[in-house]
Amino acid sequence: MSDIAIRVENLGKQYHIGALQKNGGRYTYKSLRDSIASAASAPFRAARALMGRNGAPENHQEDTIWALRDVSFDLKHGEIVGVIGRNGAGKSTLLKILSRITEPTTGHVQIRGRIGSLLEVGTGFHPELSGRDNVYLNGAILGMKHTEIARNFDAIVAFAEVEKFIDTPVKHYSSGMYLRLAFAVAAHLQTEILLVDEVLSVGDSAFQKKCLGKMGAVATQGRTVVFVSHDLGAVQALCRRAILLMNGQNVMDGIPEEVTKEYLTAQHSPQSASEGIAQLPECTSGSPLRFLVVRTLDERGAIVKYVPVGGDLTIEADILIVRNLESVHFAFVIRDDQRRKMATMSSYDSYENAGSIAAGYFTIRLFIQRINLLPGRFSIDLVAEQYGEQLAWHECTIYFDIVPSHFYASGKLPSRSTGIMCLPCSWDVVDLHHR
Amino acid sequence: MEIELQSKDTSITGRIDDRLIPVTVIEASRGWVALKLGELWEYRELLYFLTWREVKVRYKQTALGAAWAIIQPLFTMLVFSLFFGRLAKVPSDGIPYPLFSLAGLIPWTFFANGLAQSSNSLVTSANLISKVYFPRLTIPLSSVLSGTVDFAISFILLVGMMALYHRMPSLQCVYLPLFFLLAFVTALGVGLWLSALNVEYRDVRYTVPFLTQFWMFATPIAYPASMLSQKWRILYGLNPMVGVVEGFRWSLLGTNTAPGPMIAVSTLASVLILAGGAFYFRRMEKTFADII
Repeated sequence: MSDIAIRVENLGKQYHIGALQKNGGRYTYKSLRDSIASAASAPFRAARALMGRNGAPENHQEDTIWALRDVSFDLKHGEIVGVIGRNGAGKSTLLKILSRITEPTTGHVQIRGRIGSLLEVGTGFHPELSGRDNVYLNGAILGMKHTEIARNFDAIVAFAEVEKFIDTPVKHYSSGMYLRLAFAVAAHLQTEILLVDEVLSVGDSAFQKKCLGKMGAVATQGRTVVFVSHDLGAVQALCRRAILLMNGQNVMDGIPEEVTKEYLTAQHSPQSASEGIAQLPECTSGSPLRFLVVRTLDERGAIVKYVPVGGDLTIEADILIVRNLESVHFAFVIRDDQRRKMATMSSYDSYENAGSIAAGYFTIRLFIQRINLLPGRFSIDLVAEQYGEQLAWHECTIYFDIVPSHFYASGKLPSRSTGIMCLPCSWDVVDLHHR
Repeated sequence: MEIELQSKDTSITGRIDDRLIPVTVIEASRGWVALKLGELWEYRELLYFLTWREVKVRYKQTALGAAWAIIQPLFTMLVFSLFFGRLAKVPSDGIPYPLFSLAGLIPWTFFANGLAQSSNSLVTSANLISKVYFPRLTIPLSSVLSGTVDFAISFILLVGMMALYHRMPSLQCVYLPLFFLLAFVTALGVGLWLSALNVEYRDVRYTVPFLTQFWMFATPIAYPASMLSQKWRILYGLNPMVGVVEGFRWSLLGTNTAPGPMIAVSTLASVLILAGGAFYFRRMEKTFADII
């Protein structure tokens, strides 16, 4: 019992979408005038309803949604947990309740330790005040004592790299400086529990790297961290445990790699499960070239939905050409589950002479030998172009999986957080002393 | 050894490895909620910073700076002295009319500005309320507190006026801080009601100028309360600002409105408004982050 930092039991949060009410077709804020008027006319409406006539339509629609429903989990001291889910899944609501900003509708939470919430960077920063003043103000807002801020002041300013500008009003800062300073204050919170909500997704890449580094340092200090993020890579790198929220419910709780995979598979609509074959809709009307069907095949030509790491993959597309075309090139692009381009294989690069194709039905095949991408779900884009212009282009036409295999003799494969592919390689150790 | 204490939605401490660690229980609350003034004291540094921020920002980038605190009561006093004092010949309890009205205007301005600032304070701090936890009472409290600085500056004007009329402060001026405290209590009490109401009903903020204007004429600033007969005066005391203004004038200038039933009623009204305001605010507090 004593080593549990956060205990959440059957947490639920219901929102009424009745704060805005329909006022002659427009949504407006509740006004005292309207409330008094509707209270005054209430007996008239009741009388009308009694007499059987249709009463005036209700001023506020009782729309409610459950942002969180029956969420339960326990966090031990020192655990770093990532919370992932789509927008609207309830992640920020969960953090808001844990930070005591809003109250739950049902359920019970018990937290042991001081809570530091990082829901937004730069809360309370006032543009007219100097950087120094804002550090003290923001620190006080986050719950730091004056002495604490004074002690860490130099470290904060050094982290933010704004020593020269610390006494100018913040409204003159660039957005980068502003963010760095704001994050620097929050990064020096010394509470036992930290609740972080997607604040690392702001700023340029150098800043993000710095933030991740600081978060990593925090992680090793034995503090309990709840980390909400859309950056699945960061979640996998920083967290030992992840929770997936879907429609306000806690659907999965386990190792980040598995929870991430579950999140991504759930994201795709049922039709886009790996299928091996897909019909294509018409792309540009009036184009002389049209992709009809795309298939993923193995080396024997059989339709497959998955391929082992290092195996051979054939991508086949049926096309219809309306008239003779000269100088046509095809490109197939492989994208990962985050829609990043892994590789583009273009006939433009592989062949020296441009192709000419007569009108008719054709099948194009792309043979890939030894696909070295690490396991995951991938999609294929199909492009056809002529003289540098696109004739047809389909994105994410079909999904296929790459599954683990004995690429290396050990049978082990590195995780996706360390890279996107595995290169054929081997190790050797030579003893230089004794020969 | 481990002792575990639990209580509904309060922060209490438990012990783990001989270190004091606060334990927080979060649950849905129903109906009226405790005031939790202890937590307000815990966040006193934040209160100081918010007040300091309000004061500092108010006069930055203004041409006249702190002089604004003097201009408002000064010009009102001049207009009153001309129209009420000289033309309408309103009595002034034996004190020169300008001094009489200014002594009423100084605490009144503090009250009116406190109202204006605090009524919209929660809505303007919407980003703080939706992102950070702290007792929300801090916000209207800091708005009213920031008016203290303006009050102090305008008080200097009052002292200057007294010197001009060669008027020494009466012996009862030791009670002046008490009447200022009463003004503060009143401003805070009404401010809490208004700020909490304004979050849900956004038009409340627009009623404040009208409310203030109406209230000013219902308060004995331009005229003395002695104009009313004794029995009416007690009813009149239901307006908490009556006690503040007459008490202020009595303690500083020695008018013959010594604290009696009228001021007692005002004080009571003031305290009730504050208590009611505080409980109403705490009850509505849980909805602020959701509807702001």
